[in-house]
Amino acid sequence: MTKGSSNENVRILIVDDEFSVRHSLTAWFEDEGYTVDVASSGKEALAKLAENRWDIFFLDLKMPGMTGLELQKKIKEIQPDGTIIIITAFASVESAVEAMQSGAYDYLSKPFDPDYLALMVRNIIERKKLKEETASLKKTIDGVYTSKEIIGESKGTQKMMEDIRAVADTGSTVLIRGESGTGKELVARAIHANSKRRYAPIVTINCGALPESILESELFGHEKGAFTGAQYARKGKFEMADGGTIFLDEIGNISPKIQMELLRVLEDKKFFRLGGSKELKADFRTIAATNKDLEAAMEKGEFRNDLFYRLNVFVIEIPPLRERRSDIELLAQHFLNVFTSQMNKPIAKISPAAMKLLAGYDWPGNVRELENAIERAVVVCKAKEIKPSDFPFFNARPEEEASPDDSLESLQRKHIRKVLKQTGWNISKAAAVLQIDRVTLYNKISKYNLKKP
Amino acid sequence: MQNIVLIPIGTMKHDVAGFLSLSLPEILHVPCRVIAEDIGLKPFYSSDRKQYHSTEILRELLPFAAGKEQHILGIMDVDLYIPILTFVFGEAQLSGRCALMSGHRLHQEFYGLPEDDSLYLHRCEKEAVHELGHTLGLKHCDNFECVMRYSNSIADIDIKRNVFCPSCSQVLGIPTLW
Repeated sequence: MTKGSSNENVRILIVDDEFSVRHSLTAWFEDEGYTVDVASSGKEALAKLAENRWDIFFLDLKMPGMTGLELQKKIKEIQPDGTIIIITAFASVESAVEAMQSGAYDYLSKPFDPDYLALMVRNIIERKKLKEETASLKKTIDGVYTSKEIIGESKGTQKMMEDIRAVADTGSTVLIRGESGTGKELVARAIHANSKRRYAPIVTINCGALPESILESELFGHEKGAFTGAQYARKGKFEMADGGTIFLDEIGNISPKIQMELLRVLEDKKFFRLGGSKELKADFRTIAATNKDLEAAMEKGEFRNDLFYRLNVFVIEIPPLRERRSDIELLAQHFLNVFTSQMNKPIAKISPAAMKLLAGYDWPGNVRELENAIERAVVVCKAKEIKPSDFPFFNARPEEEASPDDSLESLQRKHIRKVLKQTGWNISKAAAVLQIDRVTLYNKISKYNLKKP
Repeated sequence: MQNIVLIPIGTMKHDVAGFLSLSLPEILHVPCRVIAEDIGLKPFYSSDRKQYHSTEILRELLPFAAGKEQHILGIMDVDLYIPILTFVFGEAQLSGRCALMSGHRLHQEFYGLPEDDSLYLHRCEKEAVHELGHTLGLKHCDNFECVMRYSNSIADIDIKRNVFCPSCSQVLGIPTLW
């Protein structure tokens, strides 16, 4: 009676003309639970290879007929992913070098240290598993973003998809323009996922959310002791994006100093860590995004012309949701499916009356606002379908509406109150919609004396 | 397995057989006795390697297992090898009747440390149970504390326990001592 083991799936073929070697290695590997077979010559080994595939081959270097090195070449032709270990009683530097150059995993001289042998086989198996996992993950990555995440059949969305496909594989710098909440990061990820760099990371940084000094250290990294509190050296986003893509979100909000530094690094891909004296190099693709009118910012002297032209290589415009109303229904249904599944709620659809309301609304916060609205509706909905009453912001009082006589402060107050209502006073979500920091939002709530109902 | 027969081979520094005859019945739940047999080691010595050929000595034990429901464990204190490996702590017939173990590399002295009799006997016990486990059909176990865990170094032996894990006990159909 024997106990089942995962090692049984590992198949080892031992090829040696010496019986005692075949016998003792077989017994040793069988104790470990591996599936083992033997061959006394290269010819016999090739016959066994024709019948079955093997994970690991132990090949004796000196055998009558075909040598271990000749056999290794034939095995590599038939089964390139097989791991080969050359074994010999007559180790020489020349044969070892030749074996390793022809792709052998290791070269062992007899007798072997049992601990080393066990460790080597375990490492081979581990490596094989990792290779298989990587291959499977690559397959997953290949299928992730092609079209699933970007939803919409409107002309505007289809044009955007065409642009993504056209530019993804080129390696060009891309500038994504669109209002807040239109899904600029999603487009950046889709470009990355369809590019040659997809197996390397995409590193995102929101340039508008960080003060200048922190943004500088985030982008370029810092050495230990570069500033007070820099207890350890740290890699910057450019270093992390080596081989992949850097996504610079809200590029229109950066200071003149960072603009100048960015221009330099985008041009020659070389930079220094803060406090560092060694010049570093990184190979990355740049995707930037903004909701600002950069041309106007240039005219005012707030945004550098040279940086603009460096970024403005290929532009993808994401139309606001109000300009592609035909997408609203599809998007609403998609978010409904996502949230009902996440919250495990049996809501099948959005009622025609509610859908009419959604389609007629202007969505100043774009897709993000629609997503939040559906999420909130799923939370409050108690029926099998979502009704207009599940969207309380459509019932906003007339005083909430902006009038041409409103001051900027008054408009801001109204807008913040509206967003807070839509998000159920969830500060993080409201801050995300408004694209301001949570603390800033809190300060504005205090300033405008807004009270949670 | 109905009983275990221990055969000391060559000279031994300690009474390993006496200790095992008391401890093995508790772990394997069968009687155990020691018999004296005159097995010469000279033919199995390799002057090149200065070691003894384990597989050939194991073959010498086969006649003692013939015809009876007993498992044989040869106990030695010399360094053992099989041609392909630099050394072995022991060797067994998988699902067979004969096993062999050596205490040579179980001494602290072998590693340049002061001898520790108690540790030595505990290591011998683990090695004996491990090899007899192979004769009962057990392969190496993934549980790092199980006595059937592979042991290619003295550290491996010291980490594991002297008994079968619940899973191995279940395969053997014996009560677990875990």
